[in-house]
Amino acid sequence: MQTVTEKLEGMDVWIYHGQINIPNTYSAGAVGSRFLIELRDKKRIMGTRCPACNRVYIPARSICKDCFGQLDEWVEVSSKGTVLTYAIDYEVKPIQPVEHPIIYGIIQLDGADTGFVHMLGEVDPEQLRVGMRVQAVFKKEREGNILDIKYFKPLA
Amino acid sequence: MPNRVAIIGIGQTYHTGRRDDVSQPEMVAEAVRAALTDAQLSIKDIEAVFFGNMETFEGIYLPDHGMTAEVGAFGKPGFKVNTGGTTGASVVAEGFYMVTAGLYDLVMVIGFEKQDCGDTTAAITAAAVPTWAKGAATGAIGEFAKQALSYLETSGAKEEHAAMVRLKADRNACRNPYAHLRLGLKSIDEVLQSPYLVWPLRLLDFCPQSCGACALILASEQRAKKITKKPVWIADLEVVHQEPFRAGIFGDPTGKETYTQHVACERLYKRNGITNPRKDIDMAEIYEPSNWEELNLYEHLHFCDKNEGWKLIEKGVTEIEGEFPVNPSGGVTATNPIGATPVIRVAEAALQIRGDAGEHQITKDINTAMATALGGPNWTVLFLLKRSM
Repeated sequence: MQTVTEKLEGMDVWIYHGQINIPNTYSAGAVGSRFLIELRDKKRIMGTRCPACNRVYIPARSICKDCFGQLDEWVEVSSKGTVLTYAIDYEVKPIQPVEHPIIYGIIQLDGADTGFVHMLGEVDPEQLRVGMRVQAVFKKEREGNILDIKYFKPLA
Repeated sequence: MPNRVAIIGIGQTYHTGRRDDVSQPEMVAEAVRAALTDAQLSIKDIEAVFFGNMETFEGIYLPDHGMTAEVGAFGKPGFKVNTGGTTGASVVAEGFYMVTAGLYDLVMVIGFEKQDCGDTTAAITAAAVPTWAKGAATGAIGEFAKQALSYLETSGAKEEHAAMVRLKADRNACRNPYAHLRLGLKSIDEVLQSPYLVWPLRLLDFCPQSCGACALILASEQRAKKITKKPVWIADLEVVHQEPFRAGIFGDPTGKETYTQHVACERLYKRNGITNPRKDIDMAEIYEPSNWEELNLYEHLHFCDKNEGWKLIEKGVTEIEGEFPVNPSGGVTATNPIGATPVIRVAEAALQIRGDAGEHQITKDINTAMATALGGPNWTVLFLLKRSM
């Protein structure tokens, strides 16, 4: 990584330009790995249920945030759900996974007690509305990634 | 009169190089559950949660935001602390301040690092001040190589003395089921045959990259006495900061610097009537990223005079059976999940006072113990723990 030093015109000050570059990995863990495998192999969206709080978490998680219970009851939820809110993003950033515009949505899947952050597709931004019914579109070639769900599209 | 604060729950994960079986939150939850089990408490009893991690070492900014549930912090007050190498000590200090100030009766403090995820040295080099140190930052290894060279050239120590420190650490780690490296090293020669990382610092001279977490539950005097028969009191602590980088961080080639360790321990000793640390304190768990730094710290913490640190290891003073045991757990050269490392120092010192250290329990009675931490931004944090107040 080369550091560039720049002298500001008309001022006796210097500015350094750099970039922080930190390679990293992330273990999905016991529960996250199972969620991704179900998505890849069976196109199933799996949550965990807390029996004490009667609450289904999507995506699945290992611990209930309300009661700290260890969660080991797996439940499949529907691939259909309701848009709780959304945002349309026209600004290109290298970290973003698909072409623009991106429509980010928070979707409550039928059978889940939590919102699920993903993308909305096959929809005219003008037609978007809160409360819209949507369904998951899965990729053909799935690899064990949250983006194995391509996006959610409006229910016909 | 500030409230007295006791450690009433201690939990740690086992420590190792890779934990691909768990996510960061899942790993941290293991330590949280262990601490709750130790204290026989439920998460509902805990009023506030403080959390320490070397932000960006896992390649993640705000690692705490992804594990609110797993640390039991949902709906509770508390925040993350990051002060570099001392992070784990700062988070224990934070919990202490909250309880001693009377804001809470029961708090949990947690430190973690999962070093199979990131690139620690890449993250450390991002701490360099661009104007003076861009490109000169070598991470921890380079810093402690400078310290080792300085100590080797000026103290009268030989490489063999550093090797003796490593042998002690490994012997102790082999008795500690939670320790990461348990190598079964047999001889000084074995250490001296280890390859150089940055001369004169060898692979076996330096701490590993570990994954692990450690959690403590701190309680006010009133609650502590109701919850446990074996509270360990945090009798005092000291935190001192110094200008990093320009000062010559872990050694002093100029001979003109004031060490944070000197300032910190002189204040701590004075307040607590400690005139001869090796007599007035029964044992210490110190933050030694390398065996050379352990020798350095013997001197900086006034366990002996200047240039005499290597004589302590030569005489066996700091062995587990010695007059003044240092790091019976195996210390940092055996186990280093960085954000958890100083929490483990406090935890291990507290276990020695409780008599619950298991196979690495010191045989003599431990009534007073010291735990220390150091870090790149030159914080020094010291704790004085006691069985009774």
